[in-house]
Parts: sequence; structure tokens; C-alpha cells
Amino acid sequence: MIEKKAPIGRKVGVRPRAVVVGVVAALGAFVISVFSLGTGDFEIAPADVMTTLFGEGEPAHEFIIGELRLPRLITALLVGAALAAGGAVFQSLVRNPLGSPDMLGVTNGASTAALTVIILGGTSTQLSIAAVAGGLATTVLIQLIAGRALHGFRFILVGIGMAAILTGISGYLLTRGVQMENARALLWLTGSLDGRDWGQAVPMLIVLGVTLPVLLLACGPGLRMLEMGDDSASALGVPVPLLRNGALMSAALLVSFAAAAAGPVNFVALIAPHLAKRLTRAPGPNLVPSIFVGALLLTGADFLAQHLLTDRALPVGVVTGLVGGAYLVWLLTTERRAGRI
Amino acid sequence: MQNTPDGRTPLSTYDTPVEQGVRTTVPPRAGRRSSVRLFGLVLAIVALIAVAVLSIGFGARFLSPGEVWAGLWDPDSPYYRIVHEMRLPRTLLGLMVGMALGLAGAIMQALTRNPLADPGLLGINAGASAAVATAAVFFGVGTFFGYVWFALAGAAIVTALVYAVGGGRSATPARLALAGAALNATLLSYVSAVLLSDTQAIDKMKFWTAGSLASADFATVERLLPFFAVGLLTGLLVAGPLNALSLGDDSARALGANPSVIRAAVIVAVTLLCGSATAACGPIVFIGLLIPHMVRPFTGPDLRWLLPYTAILAPVLLLGADVLGRILGSPGELQVGTVTAVLGGPLFLYLVRAAK
Repeated sequence: MIEKKAPIGRKVGVRPRAVVVGVVAALGAFVISVFSLGTGDFEIAPADVMTTLFGEGEPAHEFIIGELRLPRLITALLVGAALAAGGAVFQSLVRNPLGSPDMLGVTNGASTAALTVIILGGTSTQLSIAAVAGGLATTVLIQLIAGRALHGFRFILVGIGMAAILTGISGYLLTRGVQMENARALLWLTGSLDGRDWGQAVPMLIVLGVTLPVLLLACGPGLRMLEMGDDSASALGVPVPLLRNGALMSAALLVSFAAAAAGPVNFVALIAPHLAKRLTRAPGPNLVPSIFVGALLLTGADFLAQHLLTDRALPVGVVTGLVGGAYLVWLLTTERRAGRI
Repeated sequence: MQNTPDGRTPLSTYDTPVEQGVRTTVPPRAGRRSSVRLFGLVLAIVALIAVAVLSIGFGARFLSPGEVWAGLWDPDSPYYRIVHEMRLPRTLLGLMVGMALGLAGAIMQALTRNPLADPGLLGINAGASAAVATAAVFFGVGTFFGYVWFALAGAAIVTALVYAVGGGRSATPARLALAGAALNATLLSYVSAVLLSDTQAIDKMKFWTAGSLASADFATVERLLPFFAVGLLTGLLVAGPLNALSLGDDSARALGANPSVIRAAVIVAVTLLCGSATAACGPIVFIGLLIPHMVRPFTGPDLRWLLPYTAILAPVLLLGADVLGRILGSPGELQVGTVTAVLGGPLFLYLVRAAK
């Protein structure tokens, strides 16, 4: 792969293949969005969905799409994008395909804090604040305990340890609640987009709007250089500690907000960057393609979750869990056969 | 293999000075070290007995060691019934489950050469859990004897799958951990989906989900015993052959061991140990990861020492955590799975930090 890397020291140019992947994924997400907006108890034809989206639809369609279905869809798109971006940055910083925030306890930190709020009977605003605080605090804690560099087995071991501790605490919290709260807690813990409105979508939009440009401008080329090693990166003028901590916290922020909005949706943060990287065949975090792939994955999974069973809707986390797990097993098998891993 | 200064390839690695140095320093120390290890093993057994006495002693009414002794052997003692009907089965179950999880973790780490291998992290407990959830919700199974067959099947399928997907012989730690994490997350999604379909099942299984010894009785202990005994025996017997396997397949064959048979035996042992333990108590984390890590500095990588140490100290941790959960959680109790996670976690983090 080395010969494919852009020359060191100049800004990384835009790769045609990455652009194609991004555009195709974005188109895919758009097509699924149109179908997703059109299906439900009241069916709307794709053409009508389009005219409604452009503000020229019938009032009834405008109400159903604008008030009921669009907030959920936007939340799904943004959560998918945020999880993928967070996963891509984490995997790049940790330099390990396992190093995604849902494996290293960041998501568990968010969900344990949120679970506490659910068991105490708190409001959904308190839940969101707790989830974000929990995810960020866990990231800081992992970094403090692991010390030294982010890459290497130590950071991963500490992250996995934190994840297991937090899972234990979650198990205890689940036994403390009464039946109704337990159902709510379990639904939240699985990851669901049911009943999401602008209250979830707007904060996601703000946090993505703030962190993504920062990650793209400051970290895009810098992260790729960091993957080559701390020494080479700092020799090339990259402010290593600043870049690393900034990127880590931005990624944790994205993932925590995503967990606050939709619960700890499994696998998107792990899979989307894998998938993007395989498709673009480019080194580095592949931030932009990952974002579109993530949005596509989550909207697709949510569409499936709503329509897989005819009698009731599944939480989206069940679908990402099942599909993601199957994908990863397939990936591991084919990669092994090809001798790449 | 490095060439010697005169440019020829050495006939064996022992030609190089470094290897000679290693050879002359090891043998004289080995004798003393094994007597120290034997002494350590005796200490570990004493600790196990002490923790077992504590576990029988703690409860609604605290029994002193003397009262525990009387309650154990003297049918006329006022404590005979409490000890025999409630506290002894719980202690025995903790002992068996602790041994099972510790041993399973240790032999998986040896087989896969992966320091992260743990029945929990590789998804084996989740496989048993998924099977038990299926049994409880779809087939209305509610007893240990009903659960155990499902749990064993679930554990067996996941053990084989994670090993096959992870790459079998050529498994690297990263790939195996990825395979385990993938299966784990997938199976837990499945468990949530199943439980969400039935709110009563959530309530029925919530203690089981956290990992608890609270439902122990003699019937459970008796039914667990055959699975546990076969698993334990297989696990301990495989220590020597697994040592040979750590040198590579060819060396193992040269030493008279059959690699495929060893791998099959390990998978059978892990399945029996994890499946029956999970069926009895639910998923309990960290024992299988933590104890071998803690023991290794004393025993070294030799499984003939590592496995006995693990088998004795893992139940010390589990029973200790259970007693602690009863003290901290009174008047109720904290589930032992929570305590092992909260107690074992920081200790594990410390070990990770202490390693260079």
C-alpha cells in the first residue's frame, strides 16, 4: 500500500475512488430516505415524497413527513454519520481495527450514565446530558489510566477492561429497576430510533456541525501522518499531543451525542470505517467516506428494523447487531482466505 | 537464526552465546522455584478454605467458624439446616463456577496464545446466554436442568465458530478478539430482541442476566456436577499437551502429542465449563481473564503450574466477591457478576498498567 500514499508533507489530495464511494453511499442513503419517508401506516409514493421535500406537497403529506417521519430520519442519518466519524477517528488513533469506541467502553460509559438516569426516573433531557457526560468521562479515564500513547495493546486492554466494568454496573442497575423502567432501559440499551423528534436531531446537527469541520480541517491530513508513527509525524511538524487529544475528545463527543440520541447502537462505529476503507482502498481514517457509509448503514438498518417483521418494529440496534456481526464474521473469513489479516 | 562471526550458519540455536547463557542459568534455579510454587499452592488452598468458611458463615445471621464446623457435621446443631440447605449449596456452586470460569479462561489463553481470551470476551458466555434466553422465552424452560442443554449447545457453537472464524491454528490475537467481539455483540443483540418480545421474561431473567449465585440449591449443584467434573478433568489433563502445543504443531508432534486431539479436548473442556457455569449462574465476567493474568507472574507460562493455581484461586475471587456482595448489598445483595466486574476491573487495569 505504501506506493499508493500521497507524497509526505503536502496536503493530501482528493482521491477519485474515495469521491465515488462517498457519492454512491450518499445516493444510497438518499434513496433509502425517500423510501423510508414514504412507508409506514400511511403509504406515500416516492414522487410525492420528493415534491413534499421540495415544499410543494399536499398538506397531509407535509404533516406526515415533516412532523412525524423526517425528524426520525434526520436523527438516523446524523447518528449514523456521527458514529462512523467517531469510529474512524478512534480506529485511526488506536491503530487497530478493534479500537472502535463501542469496543473500548466509551459507549458503555454513556449508556451506564443514561441507565442511572432511567432507573432514577429522570427526564429525557437529563438522560442526554448524562449520556454525553458519561461517554466523555470514560474516554478521559481510559486515557489517564492507559497513559503514554494511544496506540498499542495497553489502550485497548484498558478500554476493554472499562467496558467490562461498566457492563457489570449496568447489569446491577437493571436489577434495581421495576418492570416498566426495565423495559424502557433495555429498549434504550439496545439502541432505538422510535419516537425521535427534533429534540434529538437538532443537538446532533449542532455537535456534528462543530466537530466535523474541526476534524476534517485540523485532523484529516494530520491523522494520516499520525498513523505513520508519532516520531515521523512530529518530524513533519504535526503537533502530536494536541492533535491526538483534540481528535480523541471530538470523536468521543460525537459518539456520546449519538448514544444520547439513539442509545448505544452497536457496530456502526466499528463497521462503517472498515467498509469505507475496503471500498476506497485508501490508507488513513477515510473520514468523509466513512461518514456517508455510516449514514447509509444506520438508515438502512432502521428501514429494515421497521419492516422486517410485519407485526411489530424492532429496535434498530438489534438489526445493526445482527447484520454487523454477520458482516464482521464474513469479513474475517474472507480476509483470512485472502491472507490479508 | 543469526550467523556466527565466521559466517557459517550455526547447527543449532544453542551455538549462539545468548542461548548458552540461558541454558546454564535456568536448571539450578528450577528446583527451588518449584518448591516455592508448591508452597504457594498450599497457601492458595488455605485461602480457598478460609473464603469457603466465610461464605458459609455470612448470611442473615453470622456464624463463627466453630459454628460453621458444627453446622457442617453435627446433625443436632441448630445451624445444621441453615448450613446444609442454603449456604453450603451456594458455596459449592460458587466453588464450581469459579473453577470452571478460571480454568476455561486459562486454557483458552494458552490455546489461542491470546492474552485477551476470556469466555466473556470471546462471546462464549453470550452464546450460552442466547441459548438460555431462547429456551426461556420460546420453549418456556425454567429450570437448570432445562437450561443446561441449551447453554451447552450455545457455548459449543460459539466456541467452534469463534475458533474457526478467528483463524484456528493461525489465529492472531487481534483477529480472534475481533471474531469474539463480533459474535458477542451479535448474540447480545439477539438476547435483547428476544427479551424485548416478552416483558415478563425481562423480569424473570434480570438476576440471571447480571450473574448471581442466589438461586443455588443442592439440586442445581448435583446437576452441574457431572458437566463440571468432566470439564475440569479434561481441562487439567490437557495442561501438559497444551504446553507442548505452545512450541508449535511440529514440536508438539515430535513430543508425541496430537495437535488436533488437543484442540478438540480444549474446546470440549471450555464448552462444558462455560456452558454449565452460565446455565447455573448467568454470565459472570472477568474471572477467566483476571485470575490467569494474576497467577502468571508466580507460575510462569507452564500450564502444569498455571492451571492448578487458577483452579484454586478463581473460586477464591468468586466466593469472595459473592460474600462482599452480600455484605455491601444488605439487606438485599449485589449480584456476584457485578461485584466481580467492579472488583476485578480495577485490578485488571492495574495489571495492564504494571505490565511494561
